[in-house]
Order: sequence, then structure tokens, then C-alpha cells
Amino acid sequence: MANQATTIFTRPESLNEVVTHYCPGCTHGIIHRLVAESLDELQLRDKTVGVAPVGCSVLIYNYFNCDFLEAPHGRAPALATGFKRLRPDMIVFTYQGDGDLASIGMGEIVHAANRGEKITVIFVNNAIYGMTGGQMAPTTLPGQITTTSPAGRDTASAGHPIRMSELLATLRTPSYIERVSVHSPQHIIQAKRAIKKAFTYQSQDRCFSLVEVVSTCPTNWGMSPTDSTKWLEDNLLAYYKLGLYSEPDDEEDS
Amino acid sequence: MAKILMKGNEAIAEAALRAGGNNYFCYPITPQSEVAEYLAKRMPEVGGVFLQAESEVAVGNMLFGAAASGKRVFTTSSSPGISLMQESISYIAGAQLPCVLLNIMRGGPGLGGILPAQSDYFQATKGGGHGDYRLLVLAPSTIQEAVDLTMLAFHLSDKYRNPVMLIGDGMIGQMMEPVEFPEKYVEDELPGKDDWALTGAKDREKRIVKSLFLDPLALEINNHELYKKYELMKQNEARYECYKISAKNKVLIVSYGTMARICQTVIDELESEGVSVGLFRPISLFPFPEKELRKEILKKNVGTVLTVEMSMGQMVEDVEKVAAGAKPVKFFGRTGGIVPSPDEVKENIKEMIRQDAAPAKRTRKGK
Amino acid sequence: MSQYEVTFAGFGGQGVMVAGQLLSYTGIKQDKNVVWIPSYGPEMRGGTAYCTVVISDVRIGSPIISNPQGACVFNRPSFDKFSTKVKPGGLLLVNSSLIPATTDRTDITELLVPANAIAMEAGSVKAVNVVMLGAFVGATDVVDIKLVKAVLTEKLGHKKSMLDINLKVLDQSYKLAKQQLAQGQKV
Repeated sequence: MANQATTIFTRPESLNEVVTHYCPGCTHGIIHRLVAESLDELQLRDKTVGVAPVGCSVLIYNYFNCDFLEAPHGRAPALATGFKRLRPDMIVFTYQGDGDLASIGMGEIVHAANRGEKITVIFVNNAIYGMTGGQMAPTTLPGQITTTSPAGRDTASAGHPIRMSELLATLRTPSYIERVSVHSPQHIIQAKRAIKKAFTYQSQDRCFSLVEVVSTCPTNWGMSPTDSTKWLEDNLLAYYKLGLYSEPDDEEDS
Repeated sequence: MAKILMKGNEAIAEAALRAGGNNYFCYPITPQSEVAEYLAKRMPEVGGVFLQAESEVAVGNMLFGAAASGKRVFTTSSSPGISLMQESISYIAGAQLPCVLLNIMRGGPGLGGILPAQSDYFQATKGGGHGDYRLLVLAPSTIQEAVDLTMLAFHLSDKYRNPVMLIGDGMIGQMMEPVEFPEKYVEDELPGKDDWALTGAKDREKRIVKSLFLDPLALEINNHELYKKYELMKQNEARYECYKISAKNKVLIVSYGTMARICQTVIDELESEGVSVGLFRPISLFPFPEKELRKEILKKNVGTVLTVEMSMGQMVEDVEKVAAGAKPVKFFGRTGGIVPSPDEVKENIKEMIRQDAAPAKRTRKGK
Repeated sequence: MSQYEVTFAGFGGQGVMVAGQLLSYTGIKQDKNVVWIPSYGPEMRGGTAYCTVVISDVRIGSPIISNPQGACVFNRPSFDKFSTKVKPGGLLLVNSSLIPATTDRTDITELLVPANAIAMEAGSVKAVNVVMLGAFVGATDVVDIKLVKAVLTEKLGHKKSMLDINLKVLDQSYKLAKQQLAQGQKV
């Protein structure tokens, strides 16, 4: 009948009903939801262990409704490796920011990817250290002002920003690596597709998977959320090109 | 089972397997690389996990992740490598997970050398990493004891949900002695792991393994809980051995590991020269066998306590604490990878006795 | 004998470590306490490699032996390093094929064993370590030579030709040492 109600949108089972501590305009909330939806849809929640980073998303374990480990700064891929090797039947994902993954955790991520660990890495890149208050990250753009690069990032001293997806895609070991963004509904749909694909590959025991989500930080960028989105489109996406960087099927020539 | 001749490093590796330590993460470093080489062959035979990581930093964190599964996990390394693992050791202790670590100590600080030393006593027993935590620390002096303590380490680690570290100097890793493995490793019943291991939130509430407590009160409560465990360890796990302790002893030696064996030889030789010396050998360095050592130190016949170490003097601080001024505590040691010969230890003791006999020089306390 | 210590020293490839291990295995067969201690560290790379074996009826204390009762030296640098360290009353076995020297010491027994020559004549220079081991057991009887043979057979049973060569030289050098001792020789 006409007045029969159907649920068409609800909170994913993989997310808890709690208030997050994220700043207004932060995209962590969207990305959390995309991960949670993927776990729900693939029915993986009750055999999943997440590994929390150090950074803004350190308290992610409070927001997800699955088992969680909390890692030292940058070491999430090592913890994930240890756990997954002992429990290959389970699903393991890390959730890391750019300071965590591309700076202090550079060694761990490169080697986990190179060993082809069957884990999924959600890499949130907003070109700045958020939790510690807006310092320069390895992904900070040239000239970008941060609290530790008050005159803008000087590439002569700090080098150029590191493009993690491109870097990891040079490894010969098969992997799935895609860079996405969540700054528009259309991009969110694409991001969801990538995240779900990453977990699918893991559940098929196929390969290491990493989804880089180019993201904003209105608070530490010192912009409104809408200006942040604009800045992301104009600047970040010009340097961090969205797209597919590695598929397990493109076996490298020997 | 018949006795077989094994190198310390290999015997420890085999002992771990037989205690169910089937999950091993490592990074090569002299003088313990034979453990990894041995397990690279053996682990596939028992269907366990063997992984050579990119660094000791990664090893420690793999151990952390793996331990959260509830299965028995371990690693082995030597001094500089153990330093790199301190980050994860602190986290593992904070998150109350079990794991076993072996440190085949070499001379330091820094890159130091690769020859035997006991200069990581402070690091092992007083923390090493940051925060209020302790490891349970065991120190074997023979290869058979290394086997027995390795197996025990897994048990104690599960019992207290705390990392257990075995420390041995380079000699323990490198020398060969006959060892016997128990046919079957029998251990006391342990509490189950069902209430903390991460297994997936199926038909139960989700679980979090963490060491983060942003609320200071919560962190303080957590640390009090940790210290309750350490108190229990002190009550139950103090281990030591006495050698030729008698009412005739003028001097009491306190020494552990290989150094204690060298002191045994010294004691035998001095005995034949009519000088009576006893040995107190701590086997658990944390908990330090304080009560038991105190009892020996207070015996009337004991004039001086001599601590002998392959270091500049680390355990001696615990011995001084136990003696608490009741008897003079002296120290003899060599460092940098030099193992004192029985002769030089003996000369040191004789000189000490000569000095003690001279009334003018009598001191109440001092090294 | 309550305790005997012997050092085997030579250069890499002469099998000094294995000689010590064979002696250790034999000690275990005889229900003795045994420790085998290698030199390790920079010394492993070139120069002299050596190991010391302690065989004892009692619990073994120090594994650090500065002055062993016996030394089997396989090359000149080892001769230089260890001939002075043997305890007075002890034994020095010199591989005379490679070491054209003897000591001036009168407080030890010094036997010259042409170990390389014996090994090569038997068919493999690799057996040089077993030649020295046989001579050592012949001179000291620290362990039963029959048990050394049993150990060799266990360890080399899968390589019949090498086993035969080793058993042959073991016998030969064992007897040679006995002969030299009987003649009170310092050759």
C-alpha cells in the first residue's frame, strides 16, 4: 500500500552509533562510512580486525563495530602483517594518514606491499599533520604553508611531496592500488567502488590492496570546508592524480 | 629422549617450537642469526609462521599484531636489535599481550662489538621502552637451562599476559652442550584466551587491543593493574640457584649467566686453596630474588658480597639495594665483549680478602 | 681424569670445528659432561678458527679456557698462538705437514703428526681433522676410540667412501701417537 515504509538508508552495522571527535568538514566520517558499508555488503564485519594508526583517526576503534588493534605510529602494516600471517582466514585492514604512512611508517608500508601481504590499507592523504596541529607532512605541496613550513614548503630543503600510490605501484609484487577522492558525491561513489574492490581482493586472498583517499583538513589548512574542497580540486588533485595505479592482473613482465 | 649436542641458538629455537612457539618474526644480527637460520628450515615442517622482516622495528610490531591473535609468538635478536624493538615492547606490555623475546647480548653501547656481554641488564629489567612497565626476565647459564627456560617463558608469558625476555650473553648462543628435550611439553593449566584474543566480533561484543588511555585516571588505573601483576610475579616467579653456600663462606658472589659458571670454577679452585666462597645465581632477573638473596647476605659468616658481571656494573645496583648497607657490596667486571677468565676473578677475590683482612681499610659499604 | 680441555685450531676449511664436535659427540656417548666453545666474531673471517672442547666427569663451570691441557694445531698461525698456552704437563699436537717448527718447551708433550700427508695418502685431504683427532685420542685416551668410530659412522654413514677414508686415518694416527709416546719421542 502507499503508506508502507521501507528502509532505504541506515547506519552500517559495522559502525557504532557514537559521536566522532572529528572537526566540522573533515572527510574521515565519509571514509569511515565507505569502509563500513563495504564490510557490511561483503559480510566481513565479524571476521575483520582493523588496525588504528596514530593521528586524527587514532580513536577509529571507538567508531567501528569490529575488533581493533591500536598500533604505534606508522607501524600498522607491521601489526597487520603479524596478525594476518597467523590468521589468514580473517580480514585485516589498516587506516592511516599521510604522516603515519608516508613519513614514519614508510618502511613498514613499502615492505608490507612488497611482500604482498593480503591486507587492505586505507590511506587518507590530506597533505598535513592533523592531530599534532598542522605541521608539514611528506605529502605537503610545494609552497604550502604549515606550522613547520611557515614560508611554504621549500623543496630545496624538504624535497618534493611523495606520491605514495605511484611509488608503491613500481613494486613488482601484484597489488591493487587506486587513488580516489571524496570531495563530491560522484567521487564518493567512485571511492566506495575502490574500497569495496580492495576488500573483495583481500577476501579472495588475491593481493595487497591500498586505496589512497585524497582528503581535506579545513582546520589546519585554515579554510572553510567549501574552500577546502575547492583547494583540493585546484591544487591537490593536480599533483595527486586520481586513478588506478595497480591491478593484480597486470603481472609485470619478468 | 637421548641427549644431543646443540648450539645454544639452535637449542633455544627447537625449545620454542616444542613449547608451541610456532610463530616467529626476525631480522638477522650477530651473534644469534643461527636461530633464524634454524627456524627457516624447521618452521615449515611444523606448519608455523616464519617471517624475516625489514627491520627490528617491524619485527617488534609484527609480534604485537601476531600476539593479539592469542597464538604463541616470539622473536630473537641481539642488543642493538633489541633496542629497536623497545617501542613495540612497551606497547605490548601496555596492551597486556604475551610474547617471548630472546636477547643474545653483545657489547655496547652503540654498534659496540659482537662478542659476549651482559650490559643490557638495565634495559631488560628496568624498562627499556617508555612508561610504567616491566618484563619478566630470565637468564640461563647452560644450554640445557636455556632450553628449559625458553619453554617456561612461553608459559609465564601466557600466565601473566606479559612479554617475557630471556637474556644470555653471546656464549649462550654460540657454545654447544648436550641437551635433552622433554618427550612432551607439559605445563600447568593456563587461563583461556577467549576473553581477550582478537578473533572477529562474531556473536560477541567487539574487542579492542590497545595501550591508549587518554583519560589520565584510566591510565593510572591501568598501570596499577599492571603493577599488581608484577607483584604477583615477585611472589611466585623469583628463581635462583646457590652453589657451595656454607657457613664457612667468607665471601658471597652474586653472578648470573655464563659469568656465574666462570665463578663456579673460581669457587672450586679457591676451595682447593682453602678459601671458602659461595655463589648466589639469580635465574630470574625480574623479579629479582630479593628475599632469598637478602637471607644469604645477612648470614653472619658472610663478610663481603661480590657482584661479578660482564658489564661496567648493572646488576650490582640491585644487589646493593638488597644488601641495604648490611654488608659491603663490591663489584668486578669486564666489558666490551671481554669475558673475564677464572684466573682474573680469582685474583680479584684474593686481593679483596687481603684488603678486608687489613683492619684499617675495612669499609662498611662500597664497590 | 675429572676434566680435560683441548683446543683445535687451524684455518677455515681444515675442519677444526668439526673435529671438536666429533670429540664432543663421543664424550656424550660416554656419558660425560661436554661443552664445545667456538671462536666467533672477526676471527671467523680468515686467520685462525678454533674451538675448545671441555670433557668432564663433573658439572662444567667456566666455558672460558685460557690454558687448555691439550692443543691440536693445524697451521702455523695456530701454532704461534696456542703452543705457549698449553698448560704445563699438557699436550701439543702439531700438524708437521704444514708447520716446520717445534717449541722450546720441555714442560709439555709435543707430538708431530704429518696430518696432511696421512690424509692425502688415504685419499682426501679433507680427512686432516680426523687424523688430528685420532692422534689426540691416541695420546690421551680421553675418550674411547671405538666410540669415536661409532660417531664417525653415524655422521658419515651416508658417504661410504669418505667414511672409509676417515676410519682408516683415525686408526693410523691413533696408533702413530701411541707409538711416538711409547718411544718417548719429540721428533
